Order: sequence, then structure tokens, then C-alpha cells
Amino acid sequence: MESGTIFSIQRYSTQDGPGIRTTVFLKGCPLHCAWCHNPESISPRREIVVLETRCVGCGQCREACPFGAAVPSTGPLPPRIDACTLCGACADACPTGARQLIGRTVTVDELALQLARDRVFFEDSGGGVTISGGEPLAQPRFLVALLEACRARGLHTALDTAGFGRWEDLRDAARLTDLVLYDLKAFDSERHRRLTGVSNGLILDNLRLLAGEHRRVWIRVPLVPGFNDDLDDLARMAEFVSRLPHPPLVNLLPFHRTALLKFARLGLDHALDGVATPSAAALARVREVFANVGLSVKVGG
Amino acid sequence: MTSRTERLRRQSLETPPSLTAERAVLVTAFYRAHEGRHSVPVMRAKAFYHLCEQKAVWIGEDELIVGERGPGPKAVPTFPELTCHSLDDLRILDSRAKTWYRVPEECLRAYEADVIPYWHGRSMRDRIFAELPADWHEAYGAGLFTEFMEQRAPGHTVLDGKIYAKGMLDFKSEIVRAIERLDFLSDPLALDRLEALKSFDIACDAVMLYARRHAERARELAGQESDPKRRAELEKIAAVCSHVPAHAPRDFQEAIQYYWFCHLAVITELNGWDSFNPGHLDQHLQPFFERGLADGTLTRASARELLECLFVKFNNHPAPPKVGVTAAESGTYTDFANINIGGLLPDGSDGSNEVSHILLDIVDEMHLLQPSTNIQLSRKSPDALLEHALRVLRKGYGFPSLFNADAVVQEQLRQGKTLEDARAGGCSGCVEVGAFGKEAYILTGYFNMPKVFELALHNGVDSKTGKRLGPETGAPHSFRTFDDLFAAYRAQFRHILEIKLRGNQIIQRMYATRMPAPFLSVLTDDCIRRGLDYNAGGARYNNTYIQFVGLGSLTDSLSAVNQLCFSPPRAADSPSAPAHGPRLDLGRLVGILDADFAGQEELRQHLLHKMPRYGNDDDRADAIMIRVFNTCVEELDGRPDTKGGRYRIEMLPTTCHVYFGSVTGASPDGRKAGRPLSEGISPVQGADRNGPTAVIRSAAKMDHIKAGGTLLNMKFAPSLVATEDALRKWGHLVRSYFKMDGHHVQFNVVRAATLREAQERPDEHRDLIVRVAGYSDYFCDLSPELQDEIIERTEHEGF
Repeated sequence: MESGTIFSIQRYSTQDGPGIRTTVFLKGCPLHCAWCHNPESISPRREIVVLETRCVGCGQCREACPFGAAVPSTGPLPPRIDACTLCGACADACPTGARQLIGRTVTVDELALQLARDRVFFEDSGGGVTISGGEPLAQPRFLVALLEACRARGLHTALDTAGFGRWEDLRDAARLTDLVLYDLKAFDSERHRRLTGVSNGLILDNLRLLAGEHRRVWIRVPLVPGFNDDLDDLARMAEFVSRLPHPPLVNLLPFHRTALLKFARLGLDHALDGVATPSAAALARVREVFANVGLSVKVGG
Repeated sequence: MTSRTERLRRQSLETPPSLTAERAVLVTAFYRAHEGRHSVPVMRAKAFYHLCEQKAVWIGEDELIVGERGPGPKAVPTFPELTCHSLDDLRILDSRAKTWYRVPEECLRAYEADVIPYWHGRSMRDRIFAELPADWHEAYGAGLFTEFMEQRAPGHTVLDGKIYAKGMLDFKSEIVRAIERLDFLSDPLALDRLEALKSFDIACDAVMLYARRHAERARELAGQESDPKRRAELEKIAAVCSHVPAHAPRDFQEAIQYYWFCHLAVITELNGWDSFNPGHLDQHLQPFFERGLADGTLTRASARELLECLFVKFNNHPAPPKVGVTAAESGTYTDFANINIGGLLPDGSDGSNEVSHILLDIVDEMHLLQPSTNIQLSRKSPDALLEHALRVLRKGYGFPSLFNADAVVQEQLRQGKTLEDARAGGCSGCVEVGAFGKEAYILTGYFNMPKVFELALHNGVDSKTGKRLGPETGAPHSFRTFDDLFAAYRAQFRHILEIKLRGNQIIQRMYATRMPAPFLSVLTDDCIRRGLDYNAGGARYNNTYIQFVGLGSLTDSLSAVNQLCFSPPRAADSPSAPAHGPRLDLGRLVGILDADFAGQEELRQHLLHKMPRYGNDDDRADAIMIRVFNTCVEELDGRPDTKGGRYRIEMLPTTCHVYFGSVTGASPDGRKAGRPLSEGISPVQGADRNGPTAVIRSAAKMDHIKAGGTLLNMKFAPSLVATEDALRKWGHLVRSYFKMDGHHVQFNVVRAATLREAQERPDEHRDLIVRVAGYSDYFCDLSPELQDEIIERTEHEGF
């Protein structure tokens, strides 16, 4: 039985494809986008997260941690300590659930059973399951097995990918899925490398191939003011997308400041101070750029 | 709104609620003069006639639909023959901070000099309390259940379409025929039937007289009126009131006015729970609407204005004030008239029409506290109806609530009604199903399930007072398995339930013999045909309900106990789990609960956050919920009442979960002593963590068809339903719940920040209406505890 690592299942997900959906987030991503909305998705390993709103400061985590006594400071432990082996004792001891061990290994069958729980909502609304991440292509065998399991259960599926993986893996997964949500984060290769840590050559090549054989692709463009909202770059991206064999629907995803909170909860640094949600006017300008080349654009998923 | 209805609305909102002794004084005078001269039904009917003959007639400026229960808008009469308020009660009503009623000095004087001296010891409340046995009083006093009929009459009733085809003169002919059919030779009850039928006949005369007095007054006002437009309106009112209710209505205005006379008559005759209700108003009015448009006597605008006038009338009638426990269980001005929109026609086709949408537009624009409105959503109902309703709901006024019309039909078929009668039925009050115009479905009181569980944890003793209230079902250490504990709960449940039921049977017979409702009987099939009063079993269908409270709290409590005290060590799939066995002795847990978690805050947090809880689509908890629900069904459903009907279950709290929480000690779900219980079938406030679909999945796991109503409350932040796309998905959420036989769901669309602000600065937020539990209320009129609870209830927003 194939198994993989996930970090979250989000029900009544209304921004990841049509209808009411359940989105499963796979853990691990080869990209490191500065604005990542799910920073807990990046590392393929398990991680500790602390929801500060639930922490009552009881210090049970410190008592349970084998290395707790050695950590300087008093009271609750910070999310990250150097000696941490991710044993999870602290999360288990936490009475409020403020401290959580993020990331768990699941088998395909166990997961598919979970994902099918909202079937009645999918069927009424034309929704289904969305597989997101992280980067699902980073766990290609698990991904394919999961898509097969969903298809066997008659669930509509969407694959949310940044396209940074082997073409064969993307092809095999795409053949088993009803809709591909394909992220484009910047068009200029150097800009892309600066923002995400990788060049986008492979991503664009994969998209060209994918569009050649898959009719249901939506392009998703995150809009992060000051990072990737350069109109010239977006215009070139729009041009490229419009020339694909079956010009896809474009979703613009405005940056949301919830990401900041998540970095803090993981004890990670970020470069997002001062970044705001794009204004309505800025969104309208970007929408215009894509609409100008004849593409259908929607704000939101 | 037109400028007229804006003025009427403002008047309705700005007039302070007050008490009037008018009715009390008239009834008292009549009883003093006539006591002992007539049979009980005829006495009741004649007292009603006396009221219709003597009470003030009010026709306000601008009004098109006329008639008030008291001498003017917002003046609330009292019913001393049911509950006779003491002077202290009246002073408290006048001075209390929430849901107050101004009590004029002359009202106090009349009560002191006249009303109290006569009714003290004679009122139903006094007589009921004197009749009930000691164990009933003890359980009632401990807060194990409440009793609806201790100060209001059996009610919850709704009108069908009969008045739109028949006048009072037609009902009188039916009564004559029924009297002619009486068989004194072989029916030992023939004389009782004769007295009942005589009372019905007098009641018809009373209502016609009441209408005629309005016609006369309108004519008189028309004679004095200088404005020709208003004069014409008054002349029309006079013509309408001369025709209805004696005859069937001929046009839209007559149809509305006829209903309103019936409404006033029912709520003047007695003070039944949930006042009275036109039911499927859109279906009943549609033929008059179409005809009016076709013959040019009506426009869409004039139809809407007439309906707006009717809405103001409902809002002019705050619920008559309650006292004691009953005031705590439902402290609100709302009198629970709940108009049904949409639904099915008796032939099974979609019942929504243009009037349905006009009603929704009115709800949207007027946002009055009363009447309540609901959508009866069938799978045949168009999405346009649902989406219109959601667009109104999105604005956060809490109306309309949403019902599953197909489940409502199934629930009634299970109770043995015909398909047509079931379809012509719907929901009233909070969430109760009924065959409109043909059924007496009587709610008798709330039942505190977590308090019963508390008894099971204390071997039948009330931990609050040390009194024994239930049987000895074993000390905590004697339970070897979870099933042992559940068996103890069930034994306590049955014991307390039967105490309540014995009381119910007594009270039901007291109402049947001492407090009939002649006019309501005229309106309810088949009281005339059977010669039997509504309160004595004359209705075609009779069902008697007990409403169970605390499903979520009890489920989570049982789940926590199961997990902590009875479960084997956790399996190896959770490698980080500590590998010791049952982690807590039940006896020790009970000790911790008795001390209200003193020094055990970490354990309490653990209970709140780490146990399987209802509302998360977690089968471990939901399986226990099903067991709790089924226990209610198995112990109560189908037991006979005294009217030839059956007992049924209802899952609805109104605001009683606050009162019940206040008398219940700390519970194993982490709830501290005195805090509110969960309400309806909603999860414990804040227990649900997996979003709305998980809540709905959990709630759908009980067999709703076996209840006569369940109440699910969800609170949405506006951002969740802001876009058109989101609105459609919200609609699918509702449809999906109903596919799974869910009975009802209501949504509060409001930000917690807005509510906190309203709590701090109530004067700026007086118009903030929220769904409470089966009805909507002004947020600022709620008790601080209820306000807090609404704020705390999970907002379904992402991580």
C-alpha cells in the first residue's frame, strides 16, 4: 500500500476548484516562495507549530520535552529548539492543542476514505477533492495512487501543482485527474529564481506539454505586491498562456496576510513585513492585462 | 416600504412595550358575575364574547389592516385565569433590565384591588401546582425539566387554508349540523359535545361582533375625515370588516384582514404558546393576488403595502410576560409566529410563487423582530427561492430560517398523517412540525439531559442539594464498562421522564376539562365534527412533545468519560502516545467535577481540546450522539397521551440551555458549573474544528425523521458568504444537509467584533438581530451570558 506525508485536510474549501471541495495538502515543496501561504508545507519532514491563541502558558510542553530543561528561557517552549527530534511528546502533553506536530504519514486508502466523507456536498455542488501542497509532484507515486483511489470512488479531482517536477510524473497524474490547477509565479526566469529559488524553464516546458494533452487546466497566479506584480512581466506571462493549445481560465490569487501569522507559528523568518493585500485597483489592472489577450480571468480560486 | 408603512414601522419600533389590565379586568368582572351559571366551555366562550364586545377598538392613523390585542400597539394584555401575576411580578417586569414591560399605575391598582383577590388560588397555575405530586416538584425545582402549561395555554398551532374559503357563518352551519347529529341515545358524551358545540357557536358570534365594531369605528372615523384619500381607505376598511370574517374573503385585503381577526381572536381567547400563525401565507394569498392583478383592483405595490401592514401588526404584539422559571427558559419579546414560505402544495408540487418573493423582500427591507419567517425548502423548490432567502440571510438579521420540506412531510407521515395533510403542514414556533389547521401538537417542556447524566454519576443524588431525585444506579467505581455507565444514565433518564410524563397527563386533563379553547376549536379540523375541544383531543391529529436539551454537552461528556476512564491504551499508530491504560478513575473525575475543576485547569483544557467531540464528523463521538438521541426516541416516542395522541421527541432549546446550564454542575466535556449547555443539536460552542461540512455531517447522523423537529445553529462570518460564488456554495451546503434528511438549519451571519461592540455600546446597536435558537432576537436584549455564547460560537473561518 502506497503511503505519503500530508499536513492538513481542509474541508469546505471553496477556493481550490469548482464547487465545495476537500483539499488535502501534501508536505514537501522544492520551491521556496517568499510569500508562501503554507510555510508548513515546505519541509518534507514533520514540524512543530504553536497556535499562540490557544497557548495558556502552562509549560507542560517543556516538562514533556526530553531536552526541555536545557532550553534557555522559561515557560512554554518556542516552536523550534535545536535538539528537537520531533518525538511529539510536547504536542501530546499540550492540554489545549496549541502545540501541534504537523505532518503525518497516511496510506492511500485511509486518506481516500477521509476525503470521500464530504461526497454529498461534492455531488450537490459539482465539487470534489483537490490535491495540493507543498508540491504533490514531490511524492509522485503516492499522488498517482491517490488519484486512482479517488477515481475508483467516483470523486472529481483537481491537482494543484507548481509544475516543478518530472514531465512523466505530471503527465501520469494529469491523466488521472479532472482538472489541473497550475501555478505561475513569475514569467522572467531570473525573477522566478529570485522569488522561488528555482528557474521556471521546467515549469513552462511542462505547462506547454500539459496544455497539449489536457483540456482542463486553470492557471493560478498569486499576486504579491512588490514581489511579482510587475505589469510587463505579467503581460509576457499572459501572452504565453494565451498561446497555449487550449487557453485556460486564469485565477488571480491576492496575497493574504494570514501567511505572516503562520510563519510566526512555525518560528520561521519571513520577508513579508509591510506587504499588503493588493488593492482593488491593482487587481483590476492585472485582470486587464490577462483579459487583453483574450483570457477569462477570475479573482479567487 | 411606502411612507405609510415606514411610519407604521417606526411607531411599532418606538412604542415601548407595556402591560394593560384591560383584559384581566374584563375577564375578572365576567367571572365574578357569572361563576357557576354555565358549563365550563360555555363559560369560556361567553367570557370571550364579553371581551370582544367590551375591549377597546383601535384603528390607528395610516392603518389599512386593523385590530390590536390590547387597547393600542405594544399594549400587552394578561391572562389571570392562566397565571395571575403578583404585584411583585409586575414590579419586576416594569424594572428589569431586559425584556421589560412598562406597567402603568392603574394596572397595579386593578391587580391589587380586583384581579389578584379573585384569581389567587383559582388560576390554572395555582391549581396545577397544587395538583402535581411531590416528586414532580422536586425534579422541577432541581431544573431537570420545565413545564410549558404552568402559565400559558397549549398552543404552537397554525392555520391552514380553510378561512380563505369559508366565513364564520359557514362554520356556524357546520356547528348546527353537528348538533343535529348528536346521538343522546348511544353516545354517553353527547351532552359534553353539545356544550362544546354551543361554545364554538358563541365564539363565532364573538369574532363577528368584534369585526363589526371595527367596521362601525372605521365608518365613524371616515365621517370625521377631511382628507378624501384617507376617507376612502377608512370606508374600504369598514367594507372589509363588514364582510369578513362572517363571509369568505373576496380580495387580497379581505383575506389578510380575515386572518388578522382570527389571529387576534386566538390570542385574546387564550395565551397559547407561539401565539398564532398563518402558515403558508404565500400559498393562501396567491389566488387573491393573481385575481387582484387581473381585475385591476390590486397592484404589486399595493399588495406589498398590505403585507407590510400585516407585518407591523405582528410586531405590535410582544409576547405576554412570563414569570419564574418560564421567564428564564425563554426571555424574549418574540411570540414565535413563524410564517412559512415556499414548501409544497397538497398535490406535491412546488408551492412557491410570486408572493413568496414579495414576503422575502419585505423581510429584507423591514427587518422587524416579528413575525419570524422560514423557508420550507423542498427538493422541488427552485434555487431562485433558496438564493433569495440566502441573500436576505446574508445581511445578518437572522431571517429566514431554513427547513427541509421533504423531511417535514416524512416526519408527519411517520406520525400517521395523510400525505396531503402532511404537505399542507409545515413548521411553527421554533422548529416544530405540524399538520396546519388539523393538529394539536403541544410542547410540554424542556428536559435537561446533562443534569440526568449528573444524577447517573452521583447514584441518583442531586450533587447540588444532596437530595435523592433518582434511583440508586450505582456509584462511579461500580461501572466496569462504558455500557454499565450508559445503562445507569438510561435508568435515571426513564425515571425522571416518567415523573414529567405523569405531570403532563394531569395537566393535559386539567386543560381538557377546565380551560377549553372554543374559538381555536372552530379553526381546527375536526373539532366541530367530533364535538370535542382543541384542548380535549378534538383535533384530527394529536401529538405531545418533550424537548430534549444538551445533546452536544452530553455527547461530549460521555465521549470524554469513555476515552479517559474506559478506553484501552492508545494504539501504536500514534507513536507519541503515552502507553498507559485508563488514565483517570471515574470516581476521581466525579470528585474533580464536584469541585468545579478547582486546581485542575490543565485537565479541563485537555477535556476541551483533546477528546473526540460531536460536530467534527468524528464517528467516535458521533456514535455516542446517536445513542443519546435514540435513547430519547426509544424511551418516549409512541407513548400515549390523554387525547388519543402520542408522545414525540423534539430537539430544541429556545434559550433554556442557559437556564439548564445554570443548575447543572461541571461536566466531563470541560464545561464549568453553571455555564450554558449546548443548544439544539448544535455542537458545544467552540467544539467543532473541522468547518461547516463536518458539523453538518455530524448533525445528519441522527435520524431526524424520528423527531418532530431538530435545531441546528451555525454562525458564519460575512466574509464566508460575501461573493455570488460563495452564496451558491452556501446554498449547496444547505441542500446537502437536507439530502441527508436534516430538518432545519439557521445561520447567524455576523462578525464577533461587531457583537462585542454591540455589547459595549448597546445604544448604537439596538437593531442588531441575531438568530438565538429557533428564533431571532435583538442582540442587546439578550442576557450577557447568551450574548457571550453567541460571540464564542465558532466562526467558521480558516486556520
